Amino acid sequence: MSFSEIQSKAAADWKSLWESNKPLILVGLATCGMAAGGNATMQAIKEALAKHNIDANVMPVGCLGLCYLEPLVDIIKPGRPRICYSRVTREKVAELIEDYLVKDNPRPDLALGTIGDGAVEGIPKFFELPMLKPQVRIILDRCGTIDAENIYHYISRGGYNGLSKALGMQPDDIIKEVEKSGLRGRGGAGFPTAKKWQEARRSKATPKFVVCNADEGDPGAFMNRSVLEGDPHSVLEGMAIAGYAIGTPNGYIYVRAEYPLAVKRLRIAIDQAKKLNLLGPNILGSNFSFDIEIMQGAGAFVCGEGSALMYSIEGKRGMPRVRPPRSVESGLWGMPTSLNNVETFANVPNIVVKGGEWFAKLGTENSKGTKTFALTGKISRPGLIEVPLGIHLRQIVYDIGGGIPHSKTFKAIQTGGPSGGCLPTNMLDTPVDYETLGKVGSIMGSGGMVVMDTDTCMVDTARYFLAFCRDESCGKCVPCREGLPLMIDIMERITQGKGKPEDIDRLNELGKTIIASALCGLGTSAPNPVLSSIRYFREEWEAHVNEKRCPALVCKELINFYILPDKCAGCGICVRACPVDAITGGKRMVHIIDQSKCIKCGTCLEKCPAKFSAVKKVSAEIIEVPKEPVPVAAGVK
Amino acid sequence: MVTETELRKQIRDIIAPLKGRQIVLIPALQAVQEKIGYVPREAMEEIGELAGVSPNTVYGVVSFYAQFRYIKPGKHMVKICLGTACHVCGATGLVDSLERELHIKEGETTKDDNFSLETVRCFGSCALAPVVVVDEEVYGNVTSPKALDILKKYQ
Repeated sequence: MSFSEIQSKAAADWKSLWESNKPLILVGLATCGMAAGGNATMQAIKEALAKHNIDANVMPVGCLGLCYLEPLVDIIKPGRPRICYSRVTREKVAELIEDYLVKDNPRPDLALGTIGDGAVEGIPKFFELPMLKPQVRIILDRCGTIDAENIYHYISRGGYNGLSKALGMQPDDIIKEVEKSGLRGRGGAGFPTAKKWQEARRSKATPKFVVCNADEGDPGAFMNRSVLEGDPHSVLEGMAIAGYAIGTPNGYIYVRAEYPLAVKRLRIAIDQAKKLNLLGPNILGSNFSFDIEIMQGAGAFVCGEGSALMYSIEGKRGMPRVRPPRSVESGLWGMPTSLNNVETFANVPNIVVKGGEWFAKLGTENSKGTKTFALTGKISRPGLIEVPLGIHLRQIVYDIGGGIPHSKTFKAIQTGGPSGGCLPTNMLDTPVDYETLGKVGSIMGSGGMVVMDTDTCMVDTARYFLAFCRDESCGKCVPCREGLPLMIDIMERITQGKGKPEDIDRLNELGKTIIASALCGLGTSAPNPVLSSIRYFREEWEAHVNEKRCPALVCKELINFYILPDKCAGCGICVRACPVDAITGGKRMVHIIDQSKCIKCGTCLEKCPAKFSAVKKVSAEIIEVPKEPVPVAAGVK
Repeated sequence: MVTETELRKQIRDIIAPLKGRQIVLIPALQAVQEKIGYVPREAMEEIGELAGVSPNTVYGVVSFYAQFRYIKPGKHMVKICLGTACHVCGATGLVDSLERELHIKEGETTKDDNFSLETVRCFGSCALAPVVVVDEEVYGNVTSPKALDILKKYQ
């Protein structure tokens, strides 16, 4: 089949699905959808359709990004707009199928929005919703709309146009187009993609390699996973274009072990692309051949670092090496290698089709295009978002994320994963671009954003990130291997109320030394969360050190739980719930926590009925309670 | 109980398809662990032979990567995510609760071989934090009481 024949078939398939006289039902079945019960929803839909004898097409799709509203189900009834329904649990399915498909009531009360043309009374437009309006979806355009396991769906939505066009261009012209676009590495470092490709192209040594870094190891980040699960061909197409531009038939994609679904969908995608001659020998009848092999990681965060990743592909311990030489000179098996991130590759087909200038219109002067972010933590609307670079953090947290849930207050936003920094309220008007985030002590990173509220302890959080990097340190260079544990020792002392006044400055000094002397990106950025935390939240650190107080009431050694004698009704719920039997007191007797036995798990606080709210958590404060159980106060019932 | 000869044969059968491939070592270890649940010493020897490296080198790789286990895991693998979002939303409390409930520490297996408890760094389901995964099933927004209920399903 020629490419135009493939395109015609794809268009016909797509039309027959979307403009058929049968209803079409889309079920969000990325990892997040499944975790929210998507498979049960899918099953329930099939049962409901069978029960009502309805002939419909049911299709699994990737992630629309609204993780907090999963499972998401879209229904497209013939002649009606596409309606997206949220939190469609098993129970809701039966209602929805009966009401909408049988009785033609679109149930605006259950609907989230309509997508595409047409409107339904009482249902807003999906992309006009507050969390979606500020977004610009290019990378995520197809996620949640196409079946990721069907290559024709991708092709019908413009897929492989970029590769087809690229094969008619000179490789240097492709690189020029990417240069014009201003595309920078989406893995976090922000290296200009065109420059990397140019260097790899110029290198005389062969074989060369194109490697896709899908080792998305930052905790709190799942942008790449969503793209791989929802639109895998966009990455394969970008890699093939890179292979053509650089002049190599060899592609590898390194996916982390924790993403089994992404691996499965990539395998299917590669097989399908090969069958249509969009990968493999002589792609679309040209002289260019390109093959992609999948390599699964084995659970080592440091393998996200370029040289470590390549050692890992070679089957070695993933320990970074000294650079230079950079991997474009000496990468996989010592040969020139262009290593780019999933999202970088996914941007390429559009740049080839629409031109570098189109891409460069989005974003800021030095940070072009859009970027996907995983917005999580203490936020009302967690999920996957795509925004033009240059957007302010405030817009992300409040307009898109809907602010902080449970009427709590914003405290900090962590960008850039465990190597990034925590930025406080007065930095919320910081534009999100590579340079600005760097200047304020954080990094762009791959795109994880974790929001923290006033219940989050900044000392504990900084310790968490540092402990993460300590555990993941490969142990090769001394500053990282020995320096990080030293810093943690100090921080643990601080969280245990044994901090000394000089500790904070000591941490600053140690952190700066590690940054200046460690070998790879992991070590040189590991102290960032601590340094940024001290820079912006010094008062909180000083409270831990000087007053032995944890203002957020998190650090276990610094907090206590008390049962307020004037509020306790002596109901016995906490006595029974306490896992270590630290609470005494019979029926209608004021309960008392034995502080020496208490493990500070908070179960009593969780279990105490709201009408009593008798359990109080405090730090550096002693509440007077009776020594022995006494009868409950008069009037408490 | 399988004999060593049987175990070696089983391992050789698992890794045979990788013979002659450019990338052998880690995929072979992954294949063995997937089939028999862990990487026994015999596998390191057999894989070393296949990959043309010493068993020591293989051990060096096994010990480097968090994915590989040296001992047979329990019937059900309980993994608690300790990613950033899960940490901020209270995952450490879940570790405490499950350790107490199962009478084991993280990385151990219960006496009846029913549960193994592991912590992992981020499944990428952060919007559902805190997340617990039992075998292949992902549970979101898990609280301590909910975690104990989940365990009951696998008792």
